[in-house]
Amino acid sequence: MASTIRVRAISSGDTTEVQALVQHPMDSGFVKGAQGALIPAHFIQQLTFEYDGKTVFLADWGPAVSKDPYVKFTFKGAKKGDDLKISWVDNKGATDATTAKIQ
Amino acid sequence: MITADDRFSATRRLILKGVGSVALVGLGNAPFSVAFAAANDKYPEDAFKQKSDADAIKSLYGKTAEASDKVKLDAPEIAENGAVVPISVATTLENVTSIAFLVSENPNALAASYVIPEGTLPSVANRLKMQKTTNVIAIVEAGGKLYSATKEVKVTVGGCGG
Repeated sequence: MASTIRVRAISSGDTTEVQALVQHPMDSGFVKGAQGALIPAHFIQQLTFEYDGKTVFLADWGPAVSKDPYVKFTFKGAKKGDDLKISWVDNKGATDATTAKIQ
Repeated sequence: MITADDRFSATRRLILKGVGSVALVGLGNAPFSVAFAAANDKYPEDAFKQKSDADAIKSLYGKTAEASDKVKLDAPEIAENGAVVPISVATTLENVTSIAFLVSENPNALAASYVIPEGTLPSVANRLKMQKTTNVIAIVEAGGKLYSATKEVKVTVGGCGG
């Protein structure tokens, strides 16, 4: 299966701008389904970005983050062609990970 | 007449039974997910459970924030769709260690909290859900102190269901 994570990491000299888009329902637990019953909360809790064995960005998310979440940040010290490792874990224990090349 | 009444009440009983079992399934799921999340050591579970913004900030950081014009919060004046509100924050403060986003009148105020290690710039963009028109608060932790910026976002259609 294709990865749920889409990443674009672009180096411009000293800094690298990272944009990530994750496919996830991010159910808040407050929305009712077609049967009238509440859809249980189902959301990503932690999204981690690692470069060179170190965490460069860590997101702690609650259910108020939008469906198919998007995040953008910038960090220093990486070069073109280096690997950036991205992983997430949700409140049901599901996880996914991918590695992106910095462009 | 009597048979018709009997039949009616039998159907009614069946319907009630159905409703009861749906409710039970709903209740059964909630404690499971909460228990699992608690096993996740670094995730600030308690802060995400707080209802008000003040309680969430206290639970997350253990202190209060002061408003600062060095925290630049960028959010739309009017959000047509409360399910997807693009919000970003940047700051000129130094030694930033974390950034958090809160939506005052959501069922739980804390929406997202980001750890900013050394070497990562203090600037984050993301998309949040908003139940109704209310304040969005950005918190920046820099040098052990908390700074905040607040902006009201008008929401035309809420994004928290119901």
